[in-house]
Amino acid sequence: MSEVRPKRILDATPPGDLKTRVMRWEFLLLALLLGVIVLGVNLHHNFLAPNHLFNGISVFLVRGLIALSMAYCLLLGEIDLSVGAIVVLAATLLGVVFNATGSALLGLLTALAVGLLCGALNGLILVKFRELPAMIVTLGTMILFRGLSERILGPANIGGMREVTWFANLYHGRLGPVPYFVIFFFVLAGIFWFVMHKTTFGRHMFAIGANRTAAEYAGINVGKTRLIVFSISGLICGISAVFFSSWVGSVRSDVGLGYEIEAIAMCVLGGMSTAGGKGTLPGVLIAVFIIGLLRYALSLVNVNPETVRIILGALLITVVTMQNVRRFVRKKTAPAN
Amino acid sequence: MPEYILELHGITKLFPGVKALDNVNFQLKAGEIHALMGENGAGKSTLIKVITGVHQPDAGEIILDGKKVSFKSPRDASQAGVAAIYQHVTAYPHLTVTENIFMGHEKRTYGFIQWRTMHKEAQVLLDALKVDFHATDLMGSLSVAQQQMVEIAKALSTNARIIIMDEPTAALTRTEANRLYEITEKLRDGGVAIVFISHRFEDMYRLASRVTVFRDAKYIWTRNVSEVSEADLIHAMVGRELTDLFPKPELEIGPEVLRAERLSCTGFFKDVSFAARRGEIIGITGLVGAGRTEVMETLFGVAKPDGGALYLNGAQVQIRSPQEAMQKGIGLLTEDRQHKGLILDWGLGRNITLAELSQFSKLGFINEKAERVTAKDLAERVDTRAKTLFDLAGSLSGGNQQKLVVARALTSKLDVLIMDEPTKGVDVGAKAAIYEIMGELAGQGMAIIMVSSEMPEILGMCDRIYVMCEGRITGELSRTEATGEKILELAMKKDGKTELGETG
Repeated sequence: MSEVRPKRILDATPPGDLKTRVMRWEFLLLALLLGVIVLGVNLHHNFLAPNHLFNGISVFLVRGLIALSMAYCLLLGEIDLSVGAIVVLAATLLGVVFNATGSALLGLLTALAVGLLCGALNGLILVKFRELPAMIVTLGTMILFRGLSERILGPANIGGMREVTWFANLYHGRLGPVPYFVIFFFVLAGIFWFVMHKTTFGRHMFAIGANRTAAEYAGINVGKTRLIVFSISGLICGISAVFFSSWVGSVRSDVGLGYEIEAIAMCVLGGMSTAGGKGTLPGVLIAVFIIGLLRYALSLVNVNPETVRIILGALLITVVTMQNVRRFVRKKTAPAN
Repeated sequence: MPEYILELHGITKLFPGVKALDNVNFQLKAGEIHALMGENGAGKSTLIKVITGVHQPDAGEIILDGKKVSFKSPRDASQAGVAAIYQHVTAYPHLTVTENIFMGHEKRTYGFIQWRTMHKEAQVLLDALKVDFHATDLMGSLSVAQQQMVEIAKALSTNARIIIMDEPTAALTRTEANRLYEITEKLRDGGVAIVFISHRFEDMYRLASRVTVFRDAKYIWTRNVSEVSEADLIHAMVGRELTDLFPKPELEIGPEVLRAERLSCTGFFKDVSFAARRGEIIGITGLVGAGRTEVMETLFGVAKPDGGALYLNGAQVQIRSPQEAMQKGIGLLTEDRQHKGLILDWGLGRNITLAELSQFSKLGFINEKAERVTAKDLAERVDTRAKTLFDLAGSLSGGNQQKLVVARALTSKLDVLIMDEPTKGVDVGAKAAIYEIMGELAGQGMAIIMVSSEMPEILGMCDRIYVMCEGRITGELSRTEATGEKILELAMKKDGKTELGETG
């Protein structure tokens, strides 16, 4: 066919007009975050006092850390229910090793290694038995890991880590008014953002979540990606366990209860689709602060934990339904065909 | 009674930024089979959606039985006796045939579903179509052809007087297509008016009495099929002369790159041997279900063979995953572009670059600008008919999605490219473009393996042809000795008694 068809030129400038940007979920979340801050300031005059504020932030970032890696699991269309159990197992073994050797560094390394291994175990099971849903596998390992730490600890607790100054400073130390931990969190969040949105690994995660078969046919190593993501999830739990130990200074077997639920709630509020393939890390980051600061504000005025739960639950349901309404409106106005 | 059962006058349909239909007309007589032809994206599917009430036109009128009507929803159209059978079967695989037939208009008494009545009525409809399955079978257990029969039964269950069939033969084998022809004719004889959309000229000549052509959202003409030549049609659809439908370049055939020896996979294929050389286009044909796709997926590492050997550039290799296949230089363009080929929620650009992201990245960091440049270039080369690089792949018509899949193959540096039904559902202009690209790739020294059921392209494009039947290769023909008759004969050679297969 020698005749040349008039070539149709494709527009390759990324869509980025003001309206679509403002309509993005992250901006609505930012407005919500602002609302929470305004509420907080009105509830208590000390809400923005750096000392109080950073204390409050540090407390929820122990869980906020896990939302970062949970976002990756959800992006793949998977879920990791074992995160809370990995935190407690890692913290338990940190305490055991510390008490046995007297070395906080050995304890810290143990916690990281335990986290990584637990995550890798989840990943390996999922890769070996491809058709098993992550929800079931990690439900199983959640019970297993928690059972292990209950067996090791019994009703007792292990403590003393805070006697080691540098270890206590991991959580409590500050650069000016800003805790090292908060700085660490933002650096980590930056890395998570970069990997998710700017690298081939991130693109592969999006592809697997959106259409696993198509990703496989495009030559993406789906098994390897899943293994890595679940290992990261475990490692982050190990890190969370380290900061928890540095914060509280002791471990009981009921540590980390409900972490998985909170991390998932933060991700979903942040716009991660539980079906996989959709979401942004900035969204999750903002959602971490919405939930965290709201908790902090309510704790300042001594609202009891039951009421906090009711408020958080109601907020989550409201926002998530809003998200659906918004999608519906968009569908109505978007071209069909 | 008016001459036309359905008339459309001056229909215009706008989507943001696109005129999908531009002042078009269409007239359908009662009891005729009317072919609707045009390239992908010419506006056929939009027209159907206007007729069936999915879309409301921005201008123009629809006249049914001489009276002006407006369909606000598919339900309105269905009550007026209009039914459509879509290109992609929209079935519920986990429900029974009966449930699929009566979906949306179940028989109820006081709110209770009347299963027995429904099964009985469904069976009556199915018996009239002379099918070989039952109303109580699960939809998911049926073949594509059988599912299409269910869709037809569904249309009949609503007492449709106008049935629109959107590319019903695209996924059918020849025998199945023949069954469909017979049934369509029977429906026509029963007084149903049928709009038949297909890219196969064969379908049109066989069935239709009149044909309407659309091009670029505009109505071109309506004529009697008996007065239209294939060249007229192509000219009307493409808007220019297509001098050479099969631009097969004469190439120097190089050394052998791929050889399969007695590959077997229990239940799918047995003792399959073939070879492909650089610069060569080989065809693998046979009836749908002959095991062609399974052989290809084995080459690509999706499935494992349980016997036989595979050689790449003379060395024996084992391919355990698509990733490994691509690293070794084997690419596959899958037949099932909707599920295996594309990420429909993604834009064009990202779909094109997905397999070869490393080309645009350093240390894992993607250079999105470089990515866009390449993606734009390739998308324009295959002419996907989209407006921007960020249009969702799912928003393209089937044929344009296929072009997208082809564009992706152009990013990879491959030794062997397997194309499974590369022109399924693709219009004549785009077909020529795909063939041209095939020729180019072969010219660069690639070996191309084309799996296809379309006789003309197998005969027109391939240097050598392997024919499969029931999981075995029943024959090999060179370009010069191949004819349609010989291929058909080999494709029906059920006993598999050739020098390659054993008697089984």
